[in-house]
Amino acid sequence: MWTFFHKLSSPRYFYNLSGRWLPWLAWSAAALLLIGTYWGLVVAPPDYQQGDSYRIMYIHVPSAWMSLFVYMVMACAAFIGLVWKMKLAEVIAADCAPLGASFTAMALITGMLWGKPMWGTYWVWDARLTSELILLFLYLGMIGLRGAIENPRTAARACGVLTLVGVVNIPIIHYSVIWWSTLHQGPIISRFAKPSVDPSMLWPLFIMVIAFMLYFAAVLLLRARCQILARERGSAWVRDLAART
Amino acid sequence: MNQPRVLSAYMMLLRRDVTLAYRNRAELANPPLFFVLVVSLLPLGIGPDSALLGKIAPGAVWVVALLATLLSLDNIFRSDFEDGALELLLISPQPMPVLVLAKVTAHWLIAGLPLLIFALPLALMLYLPWRALPVLIATLALGTPVLSLIGAIGVALTVGLRRGGLLLALLVLPLYIPVLIFATSAVSAAAAGLPVSGQLAIMAALLILALTLAPLAAAAALRIALN
Repeated sequence: MWTFFHKLSSPRYFYNLSGRWLPWLAWSAAALLLIGTYWGLVVAPPDYQQGDSYRIMYIHVPSAWMSLFVYMVMACAAFIGLVWKMKLAEVIAADCAPLGASFTAMALITGMLWGKPMWGTYWVWDARLTSELILLFLYLGMIGLRGAIENPRTAARACGVLTLVGVVNIPIIHYSVIWWSTLHQGPIISRFAKPSVDPSMLWPLFIMVIAFMLYFAAVLLLRARCQILARERGSAWVRDLAART
Repeated sequence: MNQPRVLSAYMMLLRRDVTLAYRNRAELANPPLFFVLVVSLLPLGIGPDSALLGKIAPGAVWVVALLATLLSLDNIFRSDFEDGALELLLISPQPMPVLVLAKVTAHWLIAGLPLLIFALPLALMLYLPWRALPVLIATLALGTPVLSLIGAIGVALTVGLRRGGLLLALLVLPLYIPVLIFATSAVSAAAAGLPVSGQLAIMAALLILALTLAPLAAAAALRIALN
């Protein structure tokens, strides 16, 4: 078990291993995305209240979940990178931020598109929307800080500190926003109370969540491999690899 | 044995920073001036309607206080970074979080405390009800140290960068949101005659949390920025 982790921290070992995993992850993500999209958009029955417009949920809900899940992955990687100075963890943490920002932006955009037919407005200062917007700002700050520092290892450690500060702050921000919106909100919040979802609608959602996870893993590995090659471009095995292709 | 030395290092650094700021009085006046200027721009932009101004006064005063703090944050570490004093602090035998805390205390005395004084006439000019004034001062007293503490983390992360100004706003402002929410809701509740002890208790909790954790994070960030 431990030897596996020790091996994993070697960039070369990780590069070879991830090369073997990547096709499996990518193809299963593509297949599940296709199945889930078809099932969600065509097979699943229309909602008795929202008609067909609820179907955007099959994109919106997985991306909203992923926006938080990616932050957790990034925080774990940042912690490992800060404590054990593991290069691979720094690479993973660095590649999580743009992916998390995209998932958050997608959740916000699909939420706005869904909000227009449902609530009659694109934006509501609701607790969940507001905390998602703040999460997007946190991701953008992370990307900005990484871009501003030239040395990649210094950038990784500075971003690691910022990520862990964010881990302490996200629950505080989230609950303060919830409290704020219950103080300020009118009747809009009650429209969120959905009837419990029928299994025929839930299954495609479940498949989409798994597909998003696999897609995230595949893209993360792909980006990490590129970054490892760039960082290790001076080492013998990378030159070897470049000479062979 | 060790305790008094740490304490005296804290006091010495605090006295040094306050003296340095006092010698440079023109810069000392900038954050309060900014605060006064922007708050007095608001009625010019919104109109002199007293009911509307009274309603937005808590939020207006607090948002501008946030920006004024942000403007002065860079002073915490910038000049010491440029003349190398910060590196000497890092290699000193005293624990770095304590030294960071001393610098943050100095920053609060220089930039945060004047806001408390200037907020009184400004709140009256914005027609905030009289009974909300003590609560406004209480939230500023509890909230501005949190702003300085969280800001110190952001400055420590960006101190080595040439153009850190806008980035600092992006890093720090999202983390200021809880303070803003609880402070303005306390002042609004006080203006409406409602109890505010809950909000003030949460702000005190935020202050204690920031006081214990922020110096550690800022010290770690300084070590990264300076190696």
